[in-house]
Amino acid sequence: MTTTVATSAWEELVTSALLGTDRRPAPEGVASLLDTAALHTVRRRAGLLAAPAAVPPEPAAHDPRPALPAPARRRLAQLLADRSGPSGAGGRRGTTPDLTELLPQWLAAAGLHGYRAPASLLPALLDAARARTDLRPQALAFAGPRGLWLAGLNPEWKFALRGAAGGAVLPPPSDTGAVQHLWEEGLFAERVALLASVRAAAPETGRTLLASTWSTERAEDRLMFLDSLRTGLSEADEPFLEQTLSDRSRNVRSTAAELLSALPGSALAGRMAVRAATCVSPDRTGEGAGIVVEAPHECDAAMQRDGVVPTPPAGRGERSWWLGQLVEAAPLSVWPGRFGGRTPQQITDLAVSDDWGEELHAAWCRAAVRQRDAEWARALLGGPGTASLAERAKLLATLPEDERADWVAEFIAAHGLSEAFQLLGVCAVPWAGPLGRAVVDSLEIARDAGSYPWSFSGVMGLAERCMDPTEASRFEALAAMPDEAEGAAPGAGGYWSEAFQRLVSTLRLRAAMLQELEAPA
Amino acid sequence: MNQQGVRWTADQVLALAPDAASRKAGSRLGSAGPWSETGCGGGSGAVWGECKGSGSTPYRTVVDTAGVAYKCSCPSRKFPCKHALGLLLLWASDEEAVQETQSPPEWAGEWLEGRRKKAEEAQSAPEGVTRTADPEAARRRVERRAERVTAGAVELEQRLEDLLRGGLAAAEQSGYGLWEETAARMVDAQAPGLAGRVRELGAIPASGAGWPVRLLEECALLHLLDRAWLGREGLPEPLAATVRTRVGVPVAAEGPAVRDRWLVLAQYDTSDGKLTTRRIWLHGRESGRTALVLDFGAAGRAPGVALPVGLELDAELTPYPGAGQLRAALGEQFGVLGGSGGPPAGMRAADAVAAYGRVLRDDPWAEAWPVTLDSVVPTPAGDAGDTWQLADSDGVLALPVAPDALSRPGLWTLAALSGGGPVTVFGECGHRGFTPLTAWTPDGTDGVPLT
Repeated sequence: MTTTVATSAWEELVTSALLGTDRRPAPEGVASLLDTAALHTVRRRAGLLAAPAAVPPEPAAHDPRPALPAPARRRLAQLLADRSGPSGAGGRRGTTPDLTELLPQWLAAAGLHGYRAPASLLPALLDAARARTDLRPQALAFAGPRGLWLAGLNPEWKFALRGAAGGAVLPPPSDTGAVQHLWEEGLFAERVALLASVRAAAPETGRTLLASTWSTERAEDRLMFLDSLRTGLSEADEPFLEQTLSDRSRNVRSTAAELLSALPGSALAGRMAVRAATCVSPDRTGEGAGIVVEAPHECDAAMQRDGVVPTPPAGRGERSWWLGQLVEAAPLSVWPGRFGGRTPQQITDLAVSDDWGEELHAAWCRAAVRQRDAEWARALLGGPGTASLAERAKLLATLPEDERADWVAEFIAAHGLSEAFQLLGVCAVPWAGPLGRAVVDSLEIARDAGSYPWSFSGVMGLAERCMDPTEASRFEALAAMPDEAEGAAPGAGGYWSEAFQRLVSTLRLRAAMLQELEAPA
Repeated sequence: MNQQGVRWTADQVLALAPDAASRKAGSRLGSAGPWSETGCGGGSGAVWGECKGSGSTPYRTVVDTAGVAYKCSCPSRKFPCKHALGLLLLWASDEEAVQETQSPPEWAGEWLEGRRKKAEEAQSAPEGVTRTADPEAARRRVERRAERVTAGAVELEQRLEDLLRGGLAAAEQSGYGLWEETAARMVDAQAPGLAGRVRELGAIPASGAGWPVRLLEECALLHLLDRAWLGREGLPEPLAATVRTRVGVPVAAEGPAVRDRWLVLAQYDTSDGKLTTRRIWLHGRESGRTALVLDFGAAGRAPGVALPVGLELDAELTPYPGAGQLRAALGEQFGVLGGSGGPPAGMRAADAVAAYGRVLRDDPWAEAWPVTLDSVVPTPAGDAGDTWQLADSDGVLALPVAPDALSRPGLWTLAALSGGGPVTVFGECGHRGFTPLTAWTPDGTDGVPLT
């Protein structure tokens, strides 16, 4: 606020006060100086005027999405308020749900309903997204135009503006001028987002856009752009990818080769098929059917141009390294023909000569993942020690959701939980009934065997987040305090009961959470 | 009057929480899971329930929603505790889980009955009978205290004059010690109001550019208060009462009580480490009056009175004496009306500073005055964008946001609510700017606390 009273007499008074009347005597003494100052102070305060207004901010864009139902709004406030709480990493966590872990699920569900974020919670939402990058895409989409507007006013939320590719700032793909302008002038992240949105609407335009500046892009940018072609990859991309096989950068070349090999009809895939087939043949010498492997003896220039990396990592033989790459990049469709019309299951069951089996199966696994071939994945998953759990998880991801769940359920029933974590991670949420039951059965078995629950805290946490909430009542019996079994770890029963209680209350909470989002505003 | 039926909203309940940790813990207990034996009403305007904790016996929690008081068998020093908050949240959100019943269980009933009896006794007791049992002794006590305060005021005057002889520049070097010692002398003199002001002087030299002027102003106002106390015989009684209040001599609320539908505009706490002061601003729907209810909590204990923003109480308030004073004591409460009738009628920026200016005639020591601003746009101002204004929606005049309020999260809640458009804001308008406390958006009637 401003004041119109600004007299030099006042300034003199301040100077006297500051220096002291001993040095700079006030005309009528100290007490009178204070009297005058008091008079001035009250007069100044009483005479304050409103200030001229600064230029107001541009109003936030209208958000047409409907408001959250009130219970859902309170739930969100609760989830956001809980952010700062202790994380549930390991150890004993008590019986109350870990709300922090439910925030992503809540945001995803709210996103499906298409609600608008409540304005009063935007600051907490932006703070949450600032602290957790994994939340950002969903949190920012939910925050919508007003969230972006608010972030523009506070430097702490700058990240929101950088990551604002959620369609809010991208021009529509049909606006050729704007698209071209952003492609040429935009920040890298904006350009990647633009390419994705243009490709989704008009793939041809996307390729033209990319080709128009390709030769001037930096190598790491070329690699990222190329990588973004993975989404929506189609036969039409082949000519462009073929060209990039001769790129200056080796990483770009190998990525282009990888993408081409994921297109079974591509010329590259055809070339790799020929090479692989010469190395892997039916065994005609022995009594039973089998597979003979003859690994390549050299890695020629043509192979290298098609993305085969000539130098193996330390500890691996050159020939097996090359073989693996050829088989991995060859279309899986080549094999039934090569093995007398056998199915993938029959082929993977064949014996492989000279210990090449592991090598060959591993390469097939990679090919199945790359080509998203469920039939091969199914055949390989059952295979003997085919691959690591990580690779199994990748194979699983190519299967339809219900089959995936069934497979993991059976795996857990047979092998228990200790290796299931990664596999559970690729199963659709909420877990299908049989999968959930398999998990809980195994937990119960582990409890009865006398382990402590924190050995299973990872699976338990997943179960809390992924189990179908309607299953909650099944577990109530488990949440009861059991009798201390003979030979059981001391006190374990109590901890288990606590862990199951938490599971039940988390499932209940999730059910309530989802129900609140259904309610009319 | 509607004691039963009207349940508070969850937001109103959460506004009661003494701190963020309690809010969080209370929220967790706000679902049916741990609760049993719950109920509400029973002709008493209360909510009760048993909450399973980690121990073998559940905690027993009961809340008197008419008088707003809590009791819980848990050992928490927080007030209200997480169980009380959780119970109220459950009551607010789940009519199934907390059902109306005829009568509370015995343990809750006893406490509620005890409260009612006490209230009746207080009501029926003749005004001030117990306190003035011996009017002569009381008069002597008052006189002795006045003498002590007078001695303190004289000493303080001497110290202020010494300070000005030596120069304020020296105050920067002398640091807190000087002020702390002086403040302690004022506590001895039974003048806590003077002590508080002296303590605040100590913080000014570290308050940034322009501190000498601010220090001079505050010294001058303190001098004015000393002089006013020493000359109180010659003052008109309302001003003399204000001076007594400012100096810190206890004054009793004295009628007549005002019964109204009181809307809770804001509630916030400040603490000086030893004492937590809770301020609750109320607006009388019928009288149009604004009143301030103060409550205190010693050493880490939250004050006992808690009223959620947006609640409307049918209650009596008894004003304290003094010109320009809004403080009132919460008297009998006849019920909770639910509310959400929207903000009181607001004013423009220029009217707000004028209102503050006017109150200085009655109380020159007033730091700020409660006002509701109608249709203001929160606007970043200043070159660095690190200051804010609340600008009239016609974009001509504005109030700067007070420096203290700039670093509070509530400022961003306010900005988010506005989205660049006009909002109605209740807060305190003073010489350092405007402190926003509660905001209402044009499309809703629920006030959002910014504290």
